[in-house]
Amino acid sequence: MGGLEKNLVCLQTLGLDEPWTLDSYLQIDGYKAWKRVLAGDFSQAEIIDIVKSSGLRGRGGAGFPTGVKWSFMPRESEVQKYVVCNSDESEPGTCHDRDILRYNPHAIIEGMAIGGFAMGATVGYNYIRGEFMAEPVPRFEAAVAEAYAAGLLGKNIQGSGIDFDLYTFVGAGAYICGEETGLLESLEGKPGRPRFKPPFPAGFGLYGKPTTINNTQSFASVPTIINKGPDWFSQLGPENSGGTLIFSVSGHVNEPGNHELPLGIPFRELIELCGGIRNGNRLKAVIPGGCSVPVMPAAAIEDVNLDYDSLRDAGSALGTGAMIIMDETTCMVSALTRIARFYFAESCGQCTPCREGTGWLYRTLVRIQEGRGTREDIDMLVDVANKIEGHTICAFGDAAAWPVQSFVKHFLHEFEYMVEHGGESIVNERAAAA
Amino acid sequence: MSDQKFKLRIDGVEYEASPGQMLIEITDAAGIYVPRFCYHEKLSVAANCRMCLVEVEKAPKPLPACATPVADGMVVSTRSPDAIAAQKATMEFLLINHPLDCPICDQGGECELQDLAMGYGRDVSRFTERKRSVADKDLGPLVSTDMTRCIHCTRCVRFGQEIAGIQELGTLGRGERTEIGTYIERSVDHELSGNIIDLCPVGALNNKPYRFSARAWEMVARPTIAPHDCVGANIYAHVLGGRIKRVVPRQNEAVNETWAADRDRFSYEGIYADDRVQQPLLRVNGELQPVSWEQALDAAAGALRDAGSECGALLSPSCTVEEGYLSNRILAALGSGNIDHRLRRRDFRDADADPVMPWLGTNIAGVEQMDALLVVGSNLRREAPLLAHRVRQAALAGARIGFVNADAYEYLFPVTAQHVGTDLLAEMQSLVAASSGTGDDDRQHSVVALREGKNAFVWLGQIAARHPRFAELRRLAAELCRATGAQLGYVSEGANAAGLALAGALPHRDAAGQSAAVNGRDVSQMLRDPPATLLLLGVEPELDFAGDASGTVASAGKVVALTPYLAGALREHADIVLPIGTFAETSGTYVNAAAQWQSFAGAATPVGDSRPAWKVLRVLANLLEVSDSEYTTSEDVRDELRELVGDLQPDNSLNTDSKLAAASEVPGPEILDVPMYSIDALVRRAPALQQTREARAATGDDEADEAA
Repeated sequence: MGGLEKNLVCLQTLGLDEPWTLDSYLQIDGYKAWKRVLAGDFSQAEIIDIVKSSGLRGRGGAGFPTGVKWSFMPRESEVQKYVVCNSDESEPGTCHDRDILRYNPHAIIEGMAIGGFAMGATVGYNYIRGEFMAEPVPRFEAAVAEAYAAGLLGKNIQGSGIDFDLYTFVGAGAYICGEETGLLESLEGKPGRPRFKPPFPAGFGLYGKPTTINNTQSFASVPTIINKGPDWFSQLGPENSGGTLIFSVSGHVNEPGNHELPLGIPFRELIELCGGIRNGNRLKAVIPGGCSVPVMPAAAIEDVNLDYDSLRDAGSALGTGAMIIMDETTCMVSALTRIARFYFAESCGQCTPCREGTGWLYRTLVRIQEGRGTREDIDMLVDVANKIEGHTICAFGDAAAWPVQSFVKHFLHEFEYMVEHGGESIVNERAAAA
Repeated sequence: MSDQKFKLRIDGVEYEASPGQMLIEITDAAGIYVPRFCYHEKLSVAANCRMCLVEVEKAPKPLPACATPVADGMVVSTRSPDAIAAQKATMEFLLINHPLDCPICDQGGECELQDLAMGYGRDVSRFTERKRSVADKDLGPLVSTDMTRCIHCTRCVRFGQEIAGIQELGTLGRGERTEIGTYIERSVDHELSGNIIDLCPVGALNNKPYRFSARAWEMVARPTIAPHDCVGANIYAHVLGGRIKRVVPRQNEAVNETWAADRDRFSYEGIYADDRVQQPLLRVNGELQPVSWEQALDAAAGALRDAGSECGALLSPSCTVEEGYLSNRILAALGSGNIDHRLRRRDFRDADADPVMPWLGTNIAGVEQMDALLVVGSNLRREAPLLAHRVRQAALAGARIGFVNADAYEYLFPVTAQHVGTDLLAEMQSLVAASSGTGDDDRQHSVVALREGKNAFVWLGQIAARHPRFAELRRLAAELCRATGAQLGYVSEGANAAGLALAGALPHRDAAGQSAAVNGRDVSQMLRDPPATLLLLGVEPELDFAGDASGTVASAGKVVALTPYLAGALREHADIVLPIGTFAETSGTYVNAAAQWQSFAGAATPVGDSRPAWKVLRVLANLLEVSDSEYTTSEDVRDELRELVGDLQPDNSLNTDSKLAAASEVPGPEILDVPMYSIDALVRRAPALQQTREARAATGDDEADEAA
């Protein structure tokens, strides 16, 4: 454990006095990369190549290579282009963007400015979730003000001929606004309902103009990638999983929290870092990437390294890197019901399968818990989930379906036990027996 | 546009497609039915209902045909097991919260959900939870709601955004609690709003006046033409037991596309008004007494014969071509030229320069191809709602549209310049001055638009035509056209101004624009100097003229009224009342503002003893021994006129330099705009239309309403 270096990229300022200030940021080579851009050290293509070769993949959950995404923008085109930072962090279990906003907001600003330059966008928006009003939003806005005052943002910045203006936009708390086209709709002042793609945002985005949306952590990684070089970054993790990730560990560990660690660390080490499973209990299951990815039984994850490919091969996904840890006392039917309720509440209502299906899933689960379920209901749950999956405009439908499919697949006996015992959980039975 | 063509295989057959087309356009054209709810060819693609999912080779999941652009070499299956499974899955989701109250739903029998459920639904539902119920909304007198039936396809929302130009309905709430509504409770008031009834694929939005009065399968659909404006919208009258239960649009891309204005859709209610004349009436000792048709026709023929060349005839501008032609033949035979249909016109000084038939200068679909238009004196949305819709499409495509009006009306599309002034003449003079390089920027802008436009028009609207200085206005418009290369057009009054002009229902012209044998008196002269026998055809003296014409009717020697309704001045002063059918109870022909002749058969059984007006006129012609008047069908009448008209082309060019006499009337503060639901006897009697916000505002009821 001692060998593990923490906070190498996005949370570098942690430990400094008032880490969120411009002074603190400057102590860790903050804005050095941006100043080199302003001095003309890089062409747009060079920046995009650096980001590509760093292996940085989108930290919002889908893991699409950031540099490749940036290359889709028509950067030579004369039209107004936009970069948008997705700080609508609302995937259950995930809370790392919040800490970057709180403790290292300047890294986001610098990453967005560099991205803006590379893609020819002169305006950036940071879309921050409404629930962050108390601390992250004021911290970020103060940082933007500091950056303007220091002449790091605005028009013709430091005589470079480069323009970049940055605005904060605060959402109203809908999960679906974290979906990039739902976010754009919301940013335009409309209800957050995802758009059908194509056209993709790189061609038709905010106000119909080319737009690239990246996650907070993706943007915050960019300055360090330029300062320390793409090779340094990519070599932090295994192949295909360059750099670090802030793992948000929640649930039944002794010390839940955020840990920025190189990708590819063994799951066991992360659990040790969090003080192990609470009360010395046995691990039962883990949702490794926010609640939208398939759940994994303990046996399937205990020996896995935490990177994109390893988790995919193990039957789930890295997602946002939010590890929801469930020990042996967890009733998997209850856990799934809680997740299903979330998707029922957050469906935007646009597409038929999701609008109608999420409520059906939730109500069926409630019925099972209330002792009014049948074995057929369990099959029907999976069937309904299968009919939502892949049938909707955005990935929300898939996200609502995957937990149902994986919970029933891995923990079928718990569902069966419940319908056979009038709603009694297998967990209570075991507790009683013990 | 490139001529590049893609080849793709759908269900094993190869088709060609152009880049940018969506799959559903190809399948629709090929006659392959892909089920859909949210897709509508006139609206933007929403892709939200997920019913049109099809299997596309190499795609990891089924794709919506409505939103999937074609690609070269694409292989598509619309009926493969995976495609059908996806479609069936969507159908199950659509039905779980749908009330399935088809037996009491007006949409039953013509419901897209019901139809598709037959093909894609299960026999028995697996859904055992409580169904969602949604509170109904009050959208006003035209559209009823049963919102529990809504499947959230958002066609009605997109109609407001894209076609009407004002979003009156929107989606509120999220997820399963999504509702269609107005947000703040209010009615849906746009003059095309009734179209959401047709767009709604289920029974959520329905026809309010029609509610619960018939089943779709009991009715016969009879094609006819809407009688209220110069567009001539194609419609179906849905008839049960000879009575019109409702009206729906009939698709004609050259005229009304798939739309109907609310006026065209709901005016049929006026057919069954209480004051319909049930039988012929004759005034005996000051009282109107029922008589037989023979007696009434004899009396009418006698009154006309007695007056001879001192007869006069005034026709509604929505009379048919046949009615106009027969009226003109009767008067001509009596040696009279006193016939007119331009009832609300005030200024006839330049009437000799009128075109043989007024028209837009283009066909109706061609309006969308305009790149510049200046509309002079017109409340366009109210005068001809579907024409305003076409102009709106042109404006959205970049056409520069200007208006010269006394009021800044709400047009609901981008207007480049509004020249607002109570003195229309002065406004036009300034524009003409601007065309020679002087004048302020806004005027210059309009002039430049007309000059630069390859397809530029100046339209004279109904307010202009009713203006006391119409002659000058028209000359200025023509001068502006000459200076800019634009073409002159008319947005004429009624459904058949063009047809009646061709039929010779004019004092100075005979059929096909020939000079009249006897130059007669125009409407304003007849109003001042009433003829010995006045023949009225489909008009109400108080309401259908430039001013109140009851006085004229009172002082005319004899008044022969061919009318569906008996009220007011007619009841007081008509000597002979011959009950005639409305547009729905007669066959006939209208010529619209695009010079299209549109004939129709009678749709409904005539009320009471009323007869089609053309037949009444034919008998009068026989009684008066008008030569060659043995017509057996209205088509005979029409064909005779058609032959006279030959290939006469419409031509609006104004060639006159005669000195204009001083205007007889000084422009006053009078209002020249006629409220859209007061335009003719039929709409004035349609209860639902009279309850609209628009109608209540016109009669002042609205303020009383608000105060209460």
